[in-house]
Amino acid sequence: MTMEFILGHLNYWLFIVLMMIGFYIVVARGNYIKKIVGLNVFQVSVFMFYISIGKVEGGTAPIFPVDMNIDPNVIYSNPLPHVLILTAIVVGIATTSLGLALIVRIREEFGTIEEDEILEIESKLQLEENSTEGSSMGGRA
Amino acid sequence: MELFINLVLFSMLVVTAVAILKMRHLFAVVMLSGVFSLLCALLFVTLDAVDVAFTEAAVGAGISTVLMLGTMALTARNEKMPRDFSFIPLAVVMITGAVLIYGTLDMPDFGSATSPAQLHLATEYLKQSPSDIGVPNVVTAILASYRGYDTLGETVVVFTACVGVLMLIGNLARRRRKDEEGAE
Amino acid sequence: MRHHLLLRVITKLLVGPIILFALYVQFHGDYSPGGGFQAGVIFAVAFILFGIVFGLSKVKQVFPPWLVHKLAALGVLIYAGTGVYSLMLGATYLNYSAFTPDHPEHGQHWGILIVELGVGVTVAAVMVAIYYAFAARPPVISDEEW
Repeated sequence: MTMEFILGHLNYWLFIVLMMIGFYIVVARGNYIKKIVGLNVFQVSVFMFYISIGKVEGGTAPIFPVDMNIDPNVIYSNPLPHVLILTAIVVGIATTSLGLALIVRIREEFGTIEEDEILEIESKLQLEENSTEGSSMGGRA
Repeated sequence: MELFINLVLFSMLVVTAVAILKMRHLFAVVMLSGVFSLLCALLFVTLDAVDVAFTEAAVGAGISTVLMLGTMALTARNEKMPRDFSFIPLAVVMITGAVLIYGTLDMPDFGSATSPAQLHLATEYLKQSPSDIGVPNVVTAILASYRGYDTLGETVVVFTACVGVLMLIGNLARRRRKDEEGAE
Repeated sequence: MRHHLLLRVITKLLVGPIILFALYVQFHGDYSPGGGFQAGVIFAVAFILFGIVFGLSKVKQVFPPWLVHKLAALGVLIYAGTGVYSLMLGATYLNYSAFTPDHPEHGQHWGILIVELGVGVTVAAVMVAIYYAFAARPPVISDEEW
């Protein structure tokens, strides 16, 4: 564990810390909007991790001069992760909006967006169904 | 200097994330998630990913905040008091984080020019794209030409997500019914 | 938000430049950061801003939903159609060099421009369509409660 090793890996560890905060929001909080925000935090941390893999020490953004006179001494960072993440961000917002639309529908059906209240309503519905349908289906519930 | 900027941005990101975790007022949570995205965009600039920073600033801080506020207006303003603190989620998160950190120990140093990620495809793209495509922005060249299939797929995913949203809350069926009634 | 005079004036001033900037990002994406994805989002933001301040019915007059839905599909068709066109010219799918066999780079330029246009049209239309879908629902929280 030299100083050099720690400085070289510090970035990765910080991304993982952020990622885990996002993960904790998703698993520990019951509000669906907050879960989506947590998922976003997680997602963006993964993006940052990817981009940091493409970074080259002393490099610059991978855009050549307009006249295309490329100086061979200039180092460019890896453009491939940028491409992958760029599209992933836009796909991410599209899927996030799908999740938000589901939340809107859930709220219209259940009247709440808290996970434990929804589970309660669900189990109550299940019990009612069992007591009315149970005997006709041959069950004893 | 770069390390210093990185560390400052990181501490701000962590503070924002913890604030998101602690706040119960959803308006503040949504706004903080916009702040989080904007800070990420700054970090992307220091990591040389200007295209990504641009996208993150426009999408994460712009559109996604608007959509979440829209959802909030349709659902609720406050989070309920959190459940009693339980150790299981914390333990799961800690173990996952520890495993991930263990995984990074074998990774090459941050910014290393000889890491496997820099050696194969990227050098080819950087060397070939001036003669193959002749577009100054290599990211655009890869996005639209070398990896055109990939981007086509992503566009279709965005379109499909839109179809899904419209089916869930788009009122399309109601409108069609109204049209039919109008026709009669 | 009819009662906010400042917001209304500033929005009127901003919508034009935002659309202009979106077009710049769209067509200058080969030379500077930007491209179809970013331009589409910025283009949509102009309409969303207008919709938030002046109301949904006003923005639907400018950019009717049927047009939005058709544009979302049109963008994907432009993209996929470019590939089909290169197939018809005898090259592989999405190989833009086939457009101008004498100067492959020119064909690549054209191809990237058209494909990015398709991406931009789809992303802009999708974002506006999603905004319309959310904004058209009856809200639970009233305007004053914010």
